[in-house]
Amino acid sequence: MTAFVPSNILAILPEILLLSLGVLVLVLDPFWKEENRRLNLGWLTAGGLLVVLAVSLALARPSAPVLVFGGMLRYDLLGFAFKMLFIFGAAITALFMMDVEQVGRRAEAYLLLLVAALGMSLMASAADLVMLYLAIETTSIPLYILAGFLTGDERSTESGFKYLLFGALTSAVMLYGFSLLYGFSGETSLYALAASFPTFSLLALGTIFLVLVGLSFKVSLFPFHFWAPDVYEGAPTPVAGFLSTASKAAGFAVILRLFTVVFPSLSANWSLILAVLATLTMTVGNLIALAQKNIKRLLAYSSIAHAGYAMIGVVAFSQLGAASTVFYLIAYILTNLAAFGIVTAFGHVAGSDDVKAYYGLSRRAPTLALMMMVAFLSLAGMPPFGGFVAKVFVFAAAIEQGWVWLAVVGVLNSIIGLYYYMTVLKYVYLYRMEGEEEEKHPIPLSRPYAIALTVLTIGIIAVGVIFAPWFGIATGAAMNLF
Amino acid sequence: MNFLSSHLLTLILFFPVLAALVILFLPKDEVKAIRWTALVASLVPFGLSVLLWMRFDSSASGFQFVEQYPWYEAIHSTLHVGVDGLSLTMVLLTTLLTPLAILASFSIKERVKAYMILFLLLETGMLGVFLALDLLIFFVFWEIGLVPMYFLINQWGSEKGERVLWGKVKMQARNYASLKFMIYTMAGSLGLLLAIQMLGVLFQTYDLPSLYLKWNALEGTVMGLPVATVKAIAFWAFVVAFAVKVPVWPFHTWLPDAHTEAPTAGSMILAGVLLKLGAYGFLRLVLPLYPAEAQRFAGALAFLAVMAIVFGAFASYGQTDFKRLVAYSSVNHMGIVLLGIAAAAKVGLNNPDVALNLSKNIALNGAVLQMFNHGLSAAGMFFLVGVIYERTHTRNLNDFGGLFPLVPIYGGILLFTSMASLGLPGLNGFVSEFLVVRGAWPILTVYTAIAMLGLLFTGAYILKSIKQVLHGPLNEHWAHGEHRLTEINVREIVVMAPLMVLMLMIGIWPAWILDVINKAVMMLF
Amino acid sequence: MQFPILSVIVFTPMAAAMLILLIKSERKNEIRVTALAAASLALLLSLWVYFSYDKAAAGYQFVEKYNWMPMLGISLHLGVDGMSAPLVLLTGVVMFTGVLISWGLDDRPREFFAFLFILASGVFGVFASLDLFMLFFFYEIAVFPMYLLISIWGWIKTREYAAMKLTLYLFIGSVVSLIGALVMYWQSGLHTFDMLALEQAAFSPGFQKLWFPFVFFGFAVLGGIFPFHNWSPDGHVAAPTAVSMFHAGVLMKLGAFAALRVGIMLLPEGAKSWSWLIMGLALVNIVYGAFIAMVQTDFKYVIGFSSVSHMGLVMMGFSTLTRVGLTGAGVQMFSHGVMTALFFAAVGMVYDRAHTRDIPRLGGMVKPMPLVAVAFIIGGLVSMGMPGFSGFVAEFPIFMGIWQVRPLVAIIAAISIIVTAAYIMLVIRRVFFGSMPAEFEGHIGPVAVQDKVALVFLCVIMIGLGLFPSLMVPWVQTGVQHLLSLLGGA
Repeated sequence: MTAFVPSNILAILPEILLLSLGVLVLVLDPFWKEENRRLNLGWLTAGGLLVVLAVSLALARPSAPVLVFGGMLRYDLLGFAFKMLFIFGAAITALFMMDVEQVGRRAEAYLLLLVAALGMSLMASAADLVMLYLAIETTSIPLYILAGFLTGDERSTESGFKYLLFGALTSAVMLYGFSLLYGFSGETSLYALAASFPTFSLLALGTIFLVLVGLSFKVSLFPFHFWAPDVYEGAPTPVAGFLSTASKAAGFAVILRLFTVVFPSLSANWSLILAVLATLTMTVGNLIALAQKNIKRLLAYSSIAHAGYAMIGVVAFSQLGAASTVFYLIAYILTNLAAFGIVTAFGHVAGSDDVKAYYGLSRRAPTLALMMMVAFLSLAGMPPFGGFVAKVFVFAAAIEQGWVWLAVVGVLNSIIGLYYYMTVLKYVYLYRMEGEEEEKHPIPLSRPYAIALTVLTIGIIAVGVIFAPWFGIATGAAMNLF
Repeated sequence: MNFLSSHLLTLILFFPVLAALVILFLPKDEVKAIRWTALVASLVPFGLSVLLWMRFDSSASGFQFVEQYPWYEAIHSTLHVGVDGLSLTMVLLTTLLTPLAILASFSIKERVKAYMILFLLLETGMLGVFLALDLLIFFVFWEIGLVPMYFLINQWGSEKGERVLWGKVKMQARNYASLKFMIYTMAGSLGLLLAIQMLGVLFQTYDLPSLYLKWNALEGTVMGLPVATVKAIAFWAFVVAFAVKVPVWPFHTWLPDAHTEAPTAGSMILAGVLLKLGAYGFLRLVLPLYPAEAQRFAGALAFLAVMAIVFGAFASYGQTDFKRLVAYSSVNHMGIVLLGIAAAAKVGLNNPDVALNLSKNIALNGAVLQMFNHGLSAAGMFFLVGVIYERTHTRNLNDFGGLFPLVPIYGGILLFTSMASLGLPGLNGFVSEFLVVRGAWPILTVYTAIAMLGLLFTGAYILKSIKQVLHGPLNEHWAHGEHRLTEINVREIVVMAPLMVLMLMIGIWPAWILDVINKAVMMLF
Repeated sequence: MQFPILSVIVFTPMAAAMLILLIKSERKNEIRVTALAAASLALLLSLWVYFSYDKAAAGYQFVEKYNWMPMLGISLHLGVDGMSAPLVLLTGVVMFTGVLISWGLDDRPREFFAFLFILASGVFGVFASLDLFMLFFFYEIAVFPMYLLISIWGWIKTREYAAMKLTLYLFIGSVVSLIGALVMYWQSGLHTFDMLALEQAAFSPGFQKLWFPFVFFGFAVLGGIFPFHNWSPDGHVAAPTAVSMFHAGVLMKLGAFAALRVGIMLLPEGAKSWSWLIMGLALVNIVYGAFIAMVQTDFKYVIGFSSVSHMGLVMMGFSTLTRVGLTGAGVQMFSHGVMTALFFAAVGMVYDRAHTRDIPRLGGMVKPMPLVAVAFIIGGLVSMGMPGFSGFVAEFPIFMGIWQVRPLVAIIAAISIIVTAAYIMLVIRRVFFGSMPAEFEGHIGPVAVQDKVALVFLCVIMIGLGLFPSLMVPWVQTGVQHLLSLLGGA
């Protein structure tokens, strides 16, 4: 147990700042007039988050990894990198939330967002089972509420409820797994657990399965992905975006840390399990996405598939593998947030999430269409966008460790993905609206959306072209694991 | 002057192309300017080849005025040109006939510019074949000559007439003829192309003089097969390609259609020069490269030659279309050329028998001279058919009759040319046919005897055609009114005049040309 | 530091695309002029690169190397050798003429030129790339704009189907190669994607034999090798004119070239083991493609299948692994590229005016479009391998190469020459000559001056190369020399 050192405060500086921001939002809210509320809340949250990001980057960057707060947290680059991602994601989501009816004007929504981000940050650096569980719940509960935030909408309520039930169930199973871990070892610290599992044992494998239940739910891995399409469809779109990106990334952070730290000796086994699950996830996600007529559901299944791709990096139990997963998540967060953001902006004006509503988008809003093209092509894995580089690295990591068949599966799935992404783009660029009067139905973009989408688009291209610095960060994070 | 003599052949070869380029930039409505530019431009190569003839040293052996320029070094092919007596004769023929054909084409009224350009390009193609001393260049020009002729037939050929293919597809006759001409020749040349490729691969060079030596020195196995087999296959590949061009029965079926449907000047060149390309190929390539195979298969060649002579004659006799009759007569006459070549092949190289060697030489001389002579007479005949067709718009012999009093000058010229074609002593045809028969008799007696039958019928069809056109009761249709037949005009006479002069000259005093030919032939084989 | 000319060539189209996207949609003329300026610049630079290439020194020249991600050994490594310099030039030519031909495009020219230029950048990048990762990067950039270009501006009847089929096919091919490339990367142990280093990597023969098919055939899909050629005719036909020009003229060469660069040059032993298969499939391409072209009634399909047939010749040249065969293949890539660009340009001009490509319904086009007719005839002569034109300069050495390896194949392949002549002459006669059907009388407008310039330019290139093989063959030979050294002096 390490003694408390004042400099350890820096380890939780982002969390502290997030909490402060949350309080600030809550406190300031009653003082604002109704009509200004949405703008003020949104800008305050987003701006505040950016400040948090800047301050953390400036002050709270870890040097050597160290366990702090009695071993509850590990102050290392892995956790830090993920934290910055979550904060960035939350900032963008806050901007997107601003224009959604019933959500944008409620301070509670922003507060929940911030709390969820807080929980995720803790998840990323958790080094203790108890802390881990606490962080997961801290993340999940606000997200349950956010999913069901549109109280008047049946689907939103259903989505929130479904998310809650599913989440609670899987969480319980995972907790059981945690308790078994404690039972076997007498330790709750992740870094001490490894000693208790030096070799393969069926019990260890069983525990892995139990833990995996909860984590699979978080990253929507087969077979615990069923909640995702319904929840994404029903939830307010920016929330869906946040769920599909930051929440998933948090789950991955946990998986990375847990599996590489606690079960390195069983890596052959859990790698295989994860490989099979990744295969099923990608395939199921992509195949079902082919049939979707609702764009949110399509993106939901697409997100499921992407979890599979990212998992390939985890399966390649190596530094390159972990780095490629982290890089994948960086690119993926940018891309998926952009996709959901576009859907939000469009849905706001058109009032529909049916794919058919997107016919002729390129003539109604050429710039928005271009951004959509960038996002979707990045999802498909086309250069010069981040998705391409991410996929190549993930496959490279797999091949390095001999998982050639997995890389082939990933590649084949990319092809299926390409098909439906291109189909959507076809609707946007080729097909015409009914009546062909696109000029009369433009899609205006409000300022927050314009800013958010521009940042994301530039980010997608930047990550795809100048990928060395980002991969450097990812590698630095991965080094903490190996 | 030095430039002229050191680049004489390339000048002759490429001047028509330059002229074509000049014409390209003339406005297409200035028909008169285009025609006269083309004519004058075509006289230049003629003048240069006369110069060439005078400077040619007929006592020296080997190729003269040789030029060699790098062209496609990667595959060891150079622009290597030179003349010996054989090619010189052919060059002279080509450069003589082209201006005459262009003059004959003055009656073409549509798209004159394109026509003249194609004609000039055609001239270069033909000259290239005769001048080439590089096998690849030979092939290049061989193929190049096809395209302008295709379009000449296709675009300016006779407008009437239709063919029905495979029971349902209808095609204009000239389209059918031109396509058949092109595809037939290309298909025939395919074997040639492959054989040339093989030679290039084997010897890493396309240079003819060195190929003569290397190919004949080849022994052992080539690509897993014995040399003899490979040579036999290559021999037939070459033979088929040239046989299509000559044409040799049974590869002749493209000729009647092509000749008939082509415009007058096109037929003149087609019969006058293009057919000689095939025969030239036999002499320049087949005999020197494949002496043994030629000897082995000489009987077959002779058989084909005789078939050509006999069937050609019979077919001519049976025609009612004047032009088609003349077309088949080409088959007939070229058969004689091939007979001479076959006879020479039969004797082979290094035959100790002096008498046979003499016969061989005589036969070859005859063959080459026949090439030249047939060039003159065929061009003349086709032109004359064209003259009457332009006036009457029919070529059906039955439509004519007794035209002599109406057009006495035309009649006289037609008679003269026909007699040359028939082989009347005193005119050129007799000299070459006699030489061939004299040369082939000791070597291929039976075949020659059969060929004589053919020659008999040659007389028959020519006389029949003259009778139907000029003699007999006058067909009143042409005597009065708007169909009144007009006499041959000055331009047309100018076209025929040089041909007639040459026919007479060679008939009475062939030495000036035979000397040149003889020397070449003796060196050749 | 020397002027980074290759980077400029590669990125100019991309930069121009960005610029064009910033122009307002309505200002169509500004868009076109910008496009033409960029294309001209690229053409001039590629001409300069081509003619400044020092053949005596050979090897890779105009080399630029910028470390992109040293951790994995990825660098932006550009350079041209004797094989790729002609292809860079070809891209410049096709880009330039493509812009001229597309001058009249009225439906959203902004997006059209932007996507076309992104495509062009990708193509330039592949030809100039000496880094394996970057090669794939640019390769994929060259694939996806095709989807948009075809599906939005293509022929309404089949564009969606053709665009999707094309994109999926090409993508599949490229990812198959990608797997192979990644395997090579790890196997070499060199931790670099630098192809110059990988050329010396000396993979074991067993490894090469196993992975060569993946790498070669993955790329060869884009080259149109049988039986993976099916995307090509539909893609050609559905695409708008300039895109067809690019597609057949350049993109298919991209596939063949990448197959050569990554497959044959990096895995020479594998190439030797599998050359028989490539030869066999290429033979099918050549003969089958020609026969199928003959029975087509759609003008553009004839040309599409003719491309399949001619690309077969390129692959055939590769498969011989001989000096002459490879030289011929190199020249054929250029010659066919120019020829097919011309064909599609001509077809497009006919279609724009007659609004049909059905051969039985066309005829007599020589009168209103004499230059187009002559240009098409010249293109036809090139495709037949008629001496005097670039096609002969390309096809003859290929046949010589085949003779050295398997004479029987040469004889069979030669059949295609006749079939090609037949269908080309028939098409020419039916479309351009003969009588014009009544429905077109008076409706066939004249050809614009920029179209004429494009056609003449292409014809001059084909005739020039045909008469003077020394304008290109020595370049290709230096590249082949290097290739042969990798093959062990075969």
